[in-house]
This record gives sequence, structure tokens and C-alpha cells, in this order.
Amino acid sequence: MAMADAAAKRGTSAQNGSDILVTFNGVQKTYDGEILVVKDLNLEIKRGEFVTMLGPSGSGKTTSLMMLAGFEVPTHGEILLDGRSLRNVPPHQRDIGMVFQNYALFPHMTVAENVAFPLSVRGVSKSEQTTRVRKALDMVKLGAMENRRPGQMSGGQQQRVALARALVFEPQLVLMDEPLGALDKQLREHMQLEIKHIHESLGITIVYVTHDQGEALTMSDRIAVFNDGIIQQLDSPTGLYECPRNSFVAHFIGENNALPGIVESVSGELCSVRLASGETVQARAVNIGGVGSKTSLSFRPEKVHIEGIGPDHPNRLHGRVNETIYYGDHVRVRMTVAGSDSFTVKMRFRAGRAVPLPGEELFVAFTAEDCLALDPI
Amino acid sequence: MTDMALPERQQALLPDQQGLKARLQRAERMKKVRAFALVAPLLLFVLVTFIAPIGDMLRRSFVDNELSAVWPQTQSAMQQWTDRSQAPGEAVFKAVAEDIRKSRDANTLATAARRLNYAIDNGRSLVFGTARKLPDQTESWKEAMIAIDARWNDPELWQAINQASGPFTSFYLLQAMDLHKKANGDIVSVSGNNAIYIDILLRTFTVAFSVTVLSVLLGFPVAYLLANLPPKTANLLMILVLLPFWTSLLVRTAAWIVLLQEQGVVNQFLLWLGVVDHPIRMIYNRAGVYIAMTHVLLPFMIMPLYSVMKGIKPHYMRAAVSLGARPTVAFLRVYMPMTLPGMGAGALLVFILALGYYVTPALVGGAADQMISYFIAFYTSETVNWGMASALGAVLLVVTLILYTIYNRLVGISNMKMG
Repeated sequence: MAMADAAAKRGTSAQNGSDILVTFNGVQKTYDGEILVVKDLNLEIKRGEFVTMLGPSGSGKTTSLMMLAGFEVPTHGEILLDGRSLRNVPPHQRDIGMVFQNYALFPHMTVAENVAFPLSVRGVSKSEQTTRVRKALDMVKLGAMENRRPGQMSGGQQQRVALARALVFEPQLVLMDEPLGALDKQLREHMQLEIKHIHESLGITIVYVTHDQGEALTMSDRIAVFNDGIIQQLDSPTGLYECPRNSFVAHFIGENNALPGIVESVSGELCSVRLASGETVQARAVNIGGVGSKTSLSFRPEKVHIEGIGPDHPNRLHGRVNETIYYGDHVRVRMTVAGSDSFTVKMRFRAGRAVPLPGEELFVAFTAEDCLALDPI
Repeated sequence: MTDMALPERQQALLPDQQGLKARLQRAERMKKVRAFALVAPLLLFVLVTFIAPIGDMLRRSFVDNELSAVWPQTQSAMQQWTDRSQAPGEAVFKAVAEDIRKSRDANTLATAARRLNYAIDNGRSLVFGTARKLPDQTESWKEAMIAIDARWNDPELWQAINQASGPFTSFYLLQAMDLHKKANGDIVSVSGNNAIYIDILLRTFTVAFSVTVLSVLLGFPVAYLLANLPPKTANLLMILVLLPFWTSLLVRTAAWIVLLQEQGVVNQFLLWLGVVDHPIRMIYNRAGVYIAMTHVLLPFMIMPLYSVMKGIKPHYMRAAVSLGARPTVAFLRVYMPMTLPGMGAGALLVFILALGYYVTPALVGGAADQMISYFIAFYTSETVNWGMASALGAVLLVVTLILYTIYNRLVGISNMKMG
């Protein structure tokens, strides 16, 4: 596939010999001169990488993307693309493809005309336009629809056209601003895989913005979690989920149980934390102050057990069942543990297996590895 | 389910479904009656005050009973005129002579004289002159009348009388298109000074078209600004656009006279600036018509354009730019085409309204700038030539409908957004 070849070539023979494509260097942005929407953004994106900017709305992720695309100007700092500063490069000269949340397909053009638009403004010959448009539409499996208007297509189809349009001119970088936000869940999951496969087969660099952590986890090579205009953590999906650096990330990525406590002692990687109920547990010291400081313990619901816990288990807490909710493949048990009444435990469901009943008193247990001591909430 | 069971079940369903349809209709009937009752007063109003009068006016462009009402014998006698290359025989002359004498006694001669005057130069003097000199008895009415006025021997005169005798006439409609039916039935163009209506029609369309183009050129940037400013500022500017719109047409036109006249504000300012050394004539000519009409009609262009532009989200332009289009290219190839529904609607509104403009050109235009509605008004109220007035109206209506059809083909009315 010519597109993949071209992209691969770009990937190996970088102009400046480096494999870093995008660099954010101390970037700040304010709209009103009072509040910094982006506080201090430092980020390097490698060639061929799929990086997701993840965060709640107002966290500065979209603003960062818009600065990269050239629709917003950084108040301070610098953005480099392929080693060149983008400061004085207008958006249409940046050679960056972009996919928008609302597709932004031109309603007065057919699908083929939409996809041919970036080629025709670049003066590509008509015959080459036709072949490249066809190839791009085949790639997103819409070869038969080139004469339709965007208004006659479903949301998923429109987003595929937008994808084809952003890829057809073989940009060195593709930006996606919540491209699947307007689609229903099933279609969204399907499109996630499709985008991921296109990324793998073309070897392009993608910067993806979303507030959906599931989307970020399934697609990305690395995820930058944004909050308050700052990257809270930049890591691989497993790194983020297994080892969140702070309570915000622990809460934002996946499900999380948080219990407040006070650090009693620290020994190497581990620390001992006393909870509000007076119980003491061993936890992994990830992000804590000294002895006596407040902390927040973080547990994933699927890493806490409530069955077969012996009295000599080193890390166990007393709990009472509030309710059990059946989810098909698993059961969620909501409990009161150490004063928190929203402690959730996920247990696999098997027919015939006894499910805890509301009011039942039992122990929850976990290993010190699976209990993270983070900054207090 | 087996194959056998299916048809049976369908048969069982069939009569029931018909019952269902009847029940649906019964249920819907009340709704329809209520809807019609709500529309009925307006429908009646429009029928009585709008459709019926317009229909009656249009009828007058080809129905002609004026002459036959006062000269009844002429109408029936004209059928004996077979050889159209020369004047008719004695019987027709006799009928006309008797009609003239009778209408002279009944004081209706003026009606006949006026009607014939439309078609014949100095027709009025011909009728009155003949009536005055017509003897009570004579051997040959034909010879007597030709002796009074030689024009009675002209077949063209008789063609005019024949056309005017009704009940239907093509005279007005032909004249509205500068055409004339000769005695032998040929339709020819009217020559020289009498051919004015095509010019007037062309002038009407030229003015309407120019005003439309000016409105697009001036209205587009304003609408763009309104649609892209923050709401607070946009609302203030919108009031500036709408304020003139709410002001009386007459007041605005009069204001332009004050502004544009030779001693007016604009000329004084230009003189003071030293741009010109003597006042320019900006009023009572075509320039004045364009300025005043464009100003009056501009809101009709701005409003639909604005409402369409308001709906064009900024991400379309962003998408175009991110795909490599320079801002001007993005504007021309993406933004402009998306404003077409508004531009199309605005242009249609302005053009149709401009076609019928009467007061503004009458006040700020010169004699050579009067549009067709001026002449319609002139024939209706000044000369009471309703046939001509309605013929001009009919021609305007037909040409407008033809243009509308072409426009619909080009732009597509269904694509338009009126605001």
C-alpha cells in the first residue's frame, strides 16, 4: 500500500534524524489573561505513536490540540513539529490532518469531493485525485458511496469519510478531537478498533483527544492524563491503570475505591496506613508525605477478595454488605468498609455460587501490591 | 409457522385491516375539519380581497366590453365585414352611424371615443367630429361618413373598431408587448415612438436586478459580521439593520431626498472635502433609485443570509484550513457555497419586491427611471384604462413567473432558507 510505504519512509528517514515528531515546550495558554487553561505543557510525541490526551472537560486537552493544529496561539512556550517551530506556520501549511467531533464534512459536496478536497487545494491532478480518493475510501470501507452526500449517511459512515479525508493527503500527523463522541456505544467500540488498525497499517502518528477513558485505554500507545491544565501522568495504558501516580488518575482511569488514612510507618516500597476505623493495612507507597501525613488508599474493585480469607491474612478489613448487583459475567458487591459506604468489590459470577446478602458481615482482603497509598483527596 | 397457515392468517387479517383504515379515517376526520376551520377565515379573506380582484384584473386584459356596451349594433354588424383589405359595406356603416347618434343622445359617446382613442391616433376627435356632422337621414351612410372624415375609408380603422367590439380582445396584451394586429390579421411590432412598453419592462428588470446585486454585495459582509460577532455586539448592530426596516418606506425615501439633493448633506460634505467642485446629481436619476431602493430592501437580503450564516459552525472553516486550504480558498469553496441557500432566498425576496416598486422610484427617480408599476398606476388612476393596466400587470406576472422557474431550476427553491 503506497500510503503505508510513504508513511513508513517518513518514519525512518526523519529530516532531523530524531524520532521525535512533536514537542510541546513549556506551553501555556490563557484566553482571558487571568486563568491559565494550559499551565505548563511539556510533551514529546514519537513518530508512528498513538498518543491520547485524556481528561475531563476544561482540563486543557482540546486547547492543547487546537494549539498544535494552529487554531489557537500559545500564550507562552513553543511547539515543534519535526524539529521546526510552528510559531509562524499558519494552520493550512502545517500538513496536519484533523478529524472533528462533528465530522465537519462539507454538506454541499459529495463524499468523493469531500475526500478530494485536500488534494485539489494542493493542485494534485484530477486522475491522481480519483485513484487516491478511491484508495482512501476503500480503506475505510466506503468505496461504494462516493457519490452520496454527507447528509444521506449515518454518523458512523460520516466519521469514516472524515477519517479518509484527513488521511488521503498523507499528512505527517493526524489529530482527532473526540471523533467518536457523537456515535452510539456499539459503533464507537467498533470504530475504535478500526482506527487502531488503520494506525497500525499506515504507521502514521496520531494525537487523539477524548474524555472517555475506555477509548483511551483500548487505542493508545501512551496516554497523557490532563487535569487543571497540567499533565497528571503520561504513561502506557497498563502503566496508568496498574500504577496511577496520584488520586486523580486513579479515579479517572477505571473504577476505584478510595479510603482515607494516615501514614504510620514507611519501609522501602511499602508503608503502613491506619484507617478511620482504626484498622491498619500495608500499602505500596506511591505518592505520600512523611509519617503522620494524610493519604488516600486506592483499590481496584477486581483486586479485592471477599472469599476464603483466613484470620491470619495480613491485609484484611472488616466490612458489611449493602447490596449486590448482578451484571451477567460478574457481581458487584457494594459494602461499607472502614467508614466508606461505597466500597465496591467485583466478583466473578458462577451459577450455584453463593452471593453475599445485604447485611452480611465479612472481610475484604488484598495484597499490599494492589493497595496504593496516594495523595489525599 | 407452516406455509399452509400463512395465507389463512393473512385472509383473516384482511377485512380487519380495512376496518382499521376506516377507523383511522374517522379518527382523522375531526382533526381535518378542525384544521380547515382554523384556516377558513384567512382563506376566505384572501379569496375575497386578493385572489378574486387579481383574477378580475387579469380578466380585463383580454375581455373588452366597453365599446360593445355603448355601440351594440356595431358589434353584431362587424360580422358582415369579410373583405378585410378594404372598408366594410353600407350595412356596417349604417350600424355605426346609428350607434353614434344613439350614444350621442344617451351621453355615452365619450366612453366609445375614449376606447377608440386607445387604438387610433386622434380617435376621440374622429368620433366627436363625426357625431357632430352626421346628418339625420342620408342615402349612403358610407359616403356621408367618409365625406366627414376620410379615415372612415381606412381598413386599419375598422380593424381597430372590430378589435374593440369585444367580447375578447388581444389589443391590450399585444400593446403591452409593443405589438399590433393589422387589418389583415398580421401581428407586427409597433414602430418608433409608440414602442415603449418593452423598454419599460426591460428597465424594470434591470433596476430590480441591479438592486439585487447591490444588496448581495452590501448585505453579505454585514450578515457575516452579524453572524460572527459576540451576541451582545451583534444584537446592537442587528437593531441598526432593523430600525430602518421598521420605519415607514415613505419616510426613508424622503430622507434620501434630503440627503442626496444638490444642496443636501452628502453633496455639501463632498464639496467640503474638495472631492468635487460642483454638486453631483444623485437624485431624480437612476443613481438615486439604486441608492434608495437598495437601502430599503437590504434587510430582506441580510436577514436570510444572517440566519444561514448563524448556522454554519466554525469547524467547517477549520476543517477546510486543516486540510490545506488557504483561508481565501476555504472561504470561497466551503463557506460561500454553504451560504447559497440564504443568498438565494434573499436575492429572490429582493428581486421580486423590487419588481413591484412604485413609491421609491416615483419619488427619487427621473422620468426615465419609472418602473412598470408606475405605468400600471398611471393607467389605473389617471386615464382609467384598466385594460392596459391589467395587460401590463399580466405581462409582468408572466415574465416574473418564467424567471422564477428558471431561478428555481438553477438554485432550487427547496434549498432556500427564508430566515
